[in-house]
Amino acid sequence: MSTSTPNLHTIVSLPDQSTAKLPKRHYINNEHGLLSWLLTGDHKRIAILYLISITFFFFIGGAFAGLIRLELLTPQSDLVAADTYNKFFTMHGIIMIFLFLVPSVPATLGNFLIPIMLGAKDLAFPKINLLSWYLYLAGGTLTLAALVLGGVDTGWTFTTPLSTHYLNTHVITAATAIFIAGFSSIFTGLNFIVTIHRMRAPGMTWFRMPLFVWSNYAASILMVLGTPVLAIAIVLVALERLVGIGVFDPAKGGDPLLFQHLFWFYSHPAVYIMILPGMGVISEVISTFSRKRVFGYTAVAFSSVAIALFGFFVWAHHMFIMGVSNYSALVFSLLTMLVAVPSAIKIFNWAFTLQKGSITFETPMLYAFGFMGLFTIGGLTGVFLGSLGMDIHLTETYFIVAHFHFVMVGGMLMAFLAGIHFWWPKMTGRMYPESLSKLAAVVTFIGFNLTFLPQFILGYLGMPRRYAAYPPEFQVLNVLSTAGATVLGVGYMLPLLYLGWSLKYGAIAGDNPWQATGLEWQIQSPPLTENFIEVPIVDYEAYDYEWLEKKQREQVTTVG
Amino acid sequence: MGISPVLWQFLVKWLHASALFPAEASTISPYTDALYFFLLAMTLVGLLLVGVLVFGFSIRYRREKNPVATQVEGSTLLEATWTIIPLAIFLVTFVWGALLYFRIYDPPANAMNIYVVGKQWMWKAEHPGGQHEINALHVPAGRPVQLTMISQDVFHSFSIPDFRVKREVIPGRYTTVWFQATDPGTYHIFCTQYCGTQHSGMIGEVTVLSPEDYQKWTQQSTSGMSLAQNGERLFASMGCNACHSGNAAARGPNLAGVYGSKLTLTNGSQVLVNDAYLRDAILNPSQHITAGYAPIMPTYQGQISEDGLIDLVEYIKNMQSNFRVQQTLMTSESNQAAPTTPTEGTTSETVKP
Repeated sequence: MSTSTPNLHTIVSLPDQSTAKLPKRHYINNEHGLLSWLLTGDHKRIAILYLISITFFFFIGGAFAGLIRLELLTPQSDLVAADTYNKFFTMHGIIMIFLFLVPSVPATLGNFLIPIMLGAKDLAFPKINLLSWYLYLAGGTLTLAALVLGGVDTGWTFTTPLSTHYLNTHVITAATAIFIAGFSSIFTGLNFIVTIHRMRAPGMTWFRMPLFVWSNYAASILMVLGTPVLAIAIVLVALERLVGIGVFDPAKGGDPLLFQHLFWFYSHPAVYIMILPGMGVISEVISTFSRKRVFGYTAVAFSSVAIALFGFFVWAHHMFIMGVSNYSALVFSLLTMLVAVPSAIKIFNWAFTLQKGSITFETPMLYAFGFMGLFTIGGLTGVFLGSLGMDIHLTETYFIVAHFHFVMVGGMLMAFLAGIHFWWPKMTGRMYPESLSKLAAVVTFIGFNLTFLPQFILGYLGMPRRYAAYPPEFQVLNVLSTAGATVLGVGYMLPLLYLGWSLKYGAIAGDNPWQATGLEWQIQSPPLTENFIEVPIVDYEAYDYEWLEKKQREQVTTVG
Repeated sequence: MGISPVLWQFLVKWLHASALFPAEASTISPYTDALYFFLLAMTLVGLLLVGVLVFGFSIRYRREKNPVATQVEGSTLLEATWTIIPLAIFLVTFVWGALLYFRIYDPPANAMNIYVVGKQWMWKAEHPGGQHEINALHVPAGRPVQLTMISQDVFHSFSIPDFRVKREVIPGRYTTVWFQATDPGTYHIFCTQYCGTQHSGMIGEVTVLSPEDYQKWTQQSTSGMSLAQNGERLFASMGCNACHSGNAAARGPNLAGVYGSKLTLTNGSQVLVNDAYLRDAILNPSQHITAGYAPIMPTYQGQISEDGLIDLVEYIKNMQSNFRVQQTLMTSESNQAAPTTPTEGTTSETVKP
């Protein structure tokens, strides 16, 4: 009502709801009909297609997580038989990694935002962008086919010779699914790299780009260079199964460790493919809600590139106990310690962004704080595993399960939810309900810790991962973990419900509800299909709140 | 109000039976735990630091307190601080971890050796004295024990959490791990590498016995044939002795005392003869031709089980002279089976300390 006394608890400023309306023309209502979506070249529509599909797969993968935790309530494998349990964790891993985490932020938020943040009309190759979604969908459908036909029980790591000679499940189907989905990821990366190099608006220099763009750029390099190696490894597994070429078979002069090298040459950088875009989200959110330029912009930008670079040279730290030579283990351990440093740099820069800021605590900020805490734990427990002698006791136990869930779920999923809430008003033109979403953020945080903290203790006790049955003395901690998973499940269901609700009933957001500085906030919400009416000319740094203030003052004077 | 006493008792018992920290049952455990506590402390300090910064700034600079932000570019000094200090700490953990790694994976020279074969889904332990165990392992306390391990099928991983040791068990190559148990008792053996349907059933128990009890156990549970004796039979029945007879004119190299020596191969390279080399030379002889010999040995790939290979390796390892080879040769030439009943003397010879 009264706008004269600003509410100091929030920076949200919405247009007067009694008169506000969504813009007459925007990317959602520009064209109608299913075909206008399925054949679209608009990066924003493709982002929405991706958002719907990855959410679908997230909840399928989540259902498997729930089944895993239910089975582990008791020491015996009594809910399901061991082979079914093995299929559960395989499907959980394949779906969550290849169909949710890898595309999560880049394919949805990245697709939607990168062209706008650069001041471009679209990505460099709109048709390849659409193709990449169809490839993703083909990969997803094949995964579902493998699931419906009876499942796969290789584990998401496809370890040879187990996957090549000893299992009779739908390994080839699942392998083909991952092979195809991999190309979707390569195309997205390629599109981002070309767009960032060639399509920046006049004045948008490299060091004026938002850090979200930098981190997606680093992730794109990893996607383009790493994913083909996964494709090779997967093809070799398929060939070994089909015609027995023997590359991984010691009886034919092959080496089973070679598969480990090839697989982790992709799958370790893949961890950074998953986390880097999330780090980009955190930079945007923390800056906006503390009204400050990100502390040490160049350090944060270059730390993303450093992670991408070092990330390629640490793969053998997955193999410390596998009989690699002691000296190569030494080198990979040392490089692993180096790759931990850029992450530490980022955390401290975000913390110091808060210093002297003017901080408010809207939902995206709560998720970002959750990210910082959980990612710190996830990152530092990674140092345990990078430290050679410690790794011997901890690897292949629940400690490593807890570690990567802290990074991937505690880190990445928190960042994804921060980003979804942050840009929801831009994507849909409407606000999500604030108090319910704050509740969801808190519930998620509590549920997450209850689920995964006990697993660190289980891991140090030596409980191996991928066990359908376990010794009874581990039960108490497993029950705690399952209880936490239940809370976590509620935390994830809530956004699905209220975000759906907000599509129709959410408050009209206006162009810039957060008073944020990015180019995407200077245009209408939801944006026009062509994003900008005229090509923007960028004459300010990223996160320049003084520029924004000046601009808003000028607008007021013009209107007045 | 109040919990029913039955339920209460159940809860107490349940919590009591649950574990929070593993037993320290080997000489390595305290070293691993020391590094663990250092790393835990590092994590807690790091978390505390981030927590203090985030919460401190959030309270001090929340909008109600500080309505207008002060823009700061950054600080090279601070950037250097939080680059160098974490790097230094990580390097300390690198060095510490590396030292521990070498301690765990470099066996002492006097370690007694036990062979372990992993297969879907069991652990077979083969003691040189002829004791065979499945999903169980008996070892003496206070003596270093080395395990030489191989898989018959897929990747497995041999883990004894209470000893803090673990090593991947791989098809086609020997891997080793060692430990010195400190306290008599039983401890879990887990397979920690996912190996198929019954992965979680591939578990066993290691029983640590006092030296006297261990002595008793070895006597009671021997199969009567040491691994080397098994190997000797196999050596004769596969006809190895026809070429590796130790005679000056023999077509194959003399194997007596070959273990532990350095061989020169036809390609000029020098190799140390150890378990892995012997196994490989039996399976892929064409790759390992001793200098001066013709490449005539056929491959035995697929003809000998991993257990059989272990027997052969153990036999060659303990072969000091060719006397018995030549004897067997004569008996097998007269179409008789190789000797099956060992003499007391050879048993005590082959069970090396």
